[in-house]
Amino acid sequence: MQNFTGVGVSPGRIIGSVRQMPKPISEPPAGERLDAATTPEVATAELRTASKVVQTELQRRAEAATGASKSVLEATALMATDPMLIKAAVKLIVTGTSAERAIWESGASVAEMLHNLGGYMAERATDVLDVRARIVAELRGVTAPGIPQSDEPFVLVAEDLAPADTATLDPNKILALVTSGGGPQSHTAIIARALGLPAVVAAAGVDALTDGTEVYVDGAAGTLQVDPGDDERTAVTAWEHVAASLSVFDGTGTTADGHLVPLLANVGGAADAVKAAAAGAEGVGLLRTEFCFLERDIEPTIDEQVVAYRGVFDAFPGKKVVVRTLDAGADKPLPFLTDSTEPNPSLGVRGYRTDLTSPGVLKRQLTAIATAAQASSAVVWVMAPMIATVDEAADFAAMCRVAGLKTPGVMVEVPSAALRSASILTEAEFVSLGTNDLTQYTMAADRQLGTLAALNSPWQPAVLQLIQLTVAGAIYEGHNKPVGVCGEAAADPVLAVVLVGLGVNTLSMTARSMSAVGAVLKSVTLERAQELAQIAVSARNSDEARTRVRAGLPILEELGL
Amino acid sequence: MSERKATIASRVGLHARPASIFAAAVGDLTLEVTIALEADPAEDAMDASSILSLMSLGAANGDIVVLRAEGDGADEALESLVKLLETDLDAE
Repeated sequence: MQNFTGVGVSPGRIIGSVRQMPKPISEPPAGERLDAATTPEVATAELRTASKVVQTELQRRAEAATGASKSVLEATALMATDPMLIKAAVKLIVTGTSAERAIWESGASVAEMLHNLGGYMAERATDVLDVRARIVAELRGVTAPGIPQSDEPFVLVAEDLAPADTATLDPNKILALVTSGGGPQSHTAIIARALGLPAVVAAAGVDALTDGTEVYVDGAAGTLQVDPGDDERTAVTAWEHVAASLSVFDGTGTTADGHLVPLLANVGGAADAVKAAAAGAEGVGLLRTEFCFLERDIEPTIDEQVVAYRGVFDAFPGKKVVVRTLDAGADKPLPFLTDSTEPNPSLGVRGYRTDLTSPGVLKRQLTAIATAAQASSAVVWVMAPMIATVDEAADFAAMCRVAGLKTPGVMVEVPSAALRSASILTEAEFVSLGTNDLTQYTMAADRQLGTLAALNSPWQPAVLQLIQLTVAGAIYEGHNKPVGVCGEAAADPVLAVVLVGLGVNTLSMTARSMSAVGAVLKSVTLERAQELAQIAVSARNSDEARTRVRAGLPILEELGL
Repeated sequence: MSERKATIASRVGLHARPASIFAAAVGDLTLEVTIALEADPAEDAMDASSILSLMSLGAANGDIVVLRAEGDGADEALESLVKLLETDLDAE
């Protein structure tokens, strides 16, 4: 029996068979020539055959798809044998270039041409690059890139998942996600929680598992076990019962002694908001406006923005909706705001800072938010991401007031903002802790690096202490201004208890986590939460903090969390 | 050489779904058909069976394009392609 241990990031226990995510297709070396035995005629014929195979596969997938993805797949299928793409490649083959290198270069120049045309065409450049990678895979006789296709649901094993993979990930076909890389705050973890899939990250060695191997995954313990036995089968059945009882949130976040902690939802648009409202969310604690426009090359018009925001506001009449202004940069580039050539994007012009390089975008966004807010009954608050100083907070608050937005706030993601929360709150009406970035910046550890997963934990006592200082600043400021948390930490039912104990007023999370967080919170009094928070902050390290708090919450065992 | 003009009827112009449908229709013919914007010289005409060429042409709703083809049945073929372009393919 073989075991792998990583970091559990989304609870659940399942048994299923492994499918490895194929490795990305590597670039054929520049200048790669045809081998001596292959004539250009033969290579050309091979290229045409490969492109035809890719086309047939894409057409097959288009037939199975519906709506917008169907027409995109149909167009992509046509690209595979497109004369413009193939002719340019054949020209290179005739001069002795290998078929793989030829289609690689031809695809690159077509993609560049589309990119330069801008707008809708630029979005299709990605499709050309996808087709190119598929043709190279076919020529090499290796598996095509992307999420594996299978009729049976499977355990997806990958190095890490990129935001783009979510678009093609069918939650009905995936039982669990296990990655060798990534940390607790990587995209894989975020995706898994949003979809309610058990997930383990930073499990070194899982890359070596062969497709079809039967494994047991425990997303709470962070383990993967090959050849599961009766004990594991029993655990899976027990989890199924727990999951059924955990799937409902009654709509009121509270401790056992009635201290109210509203549970809000993190949403990316109207569709999310409608689901979150149905799941009992008491409002929206984070509307990620950039998710409404991630596919865009140019700034959305004010009218388009008003429609997008209205969709969210209307799902929460009379309730609070916290809108975060565009948070572009680093891992979420927007072509109209971000400079992709920065050497260090996490420390670069991102979030609120894009107002320095693209003045006007933020002002127009605030106008759109105010217009949408006026027409709806939602209680709209607005906050800026990546605020580092009180001057930035003051400037942002002034812009909000000019736009007619009465409740400006800021995100606390940069340690300087946590340390200076008292003075920041003289300018802003509330703060919201973005624990993912706060952890990354406090520990100086990239969120996406599996090697640094242990550093990159919101359980790090230094991070907890900064949260404590933020709350202390709010109390010192004297007006009871609210402190919320909208990072992944709020979705961890154990950490949520600690956050409440530290004095956080609201928790915002992916809608699926509300039931588990609500159930654990309801099992403790405020006083007990404060004791557990004290234990966590005074722990030597993140493991000790987590272990000791878990030991103080007997309900976790009962719920299988 | 046969030549026909057509006005693009699809609201989104000649990309996305309309371009897929049109390129597939040209691909089904045995003839070589070229397409150019009315204002462009004939030597800039592009392969009409290439969805990538159609997309780079950037023909918008209301633009006039010129289709050209040579050989047996060219007139009939162009006639049917003109009909296709003058239908709002995105609406179907």
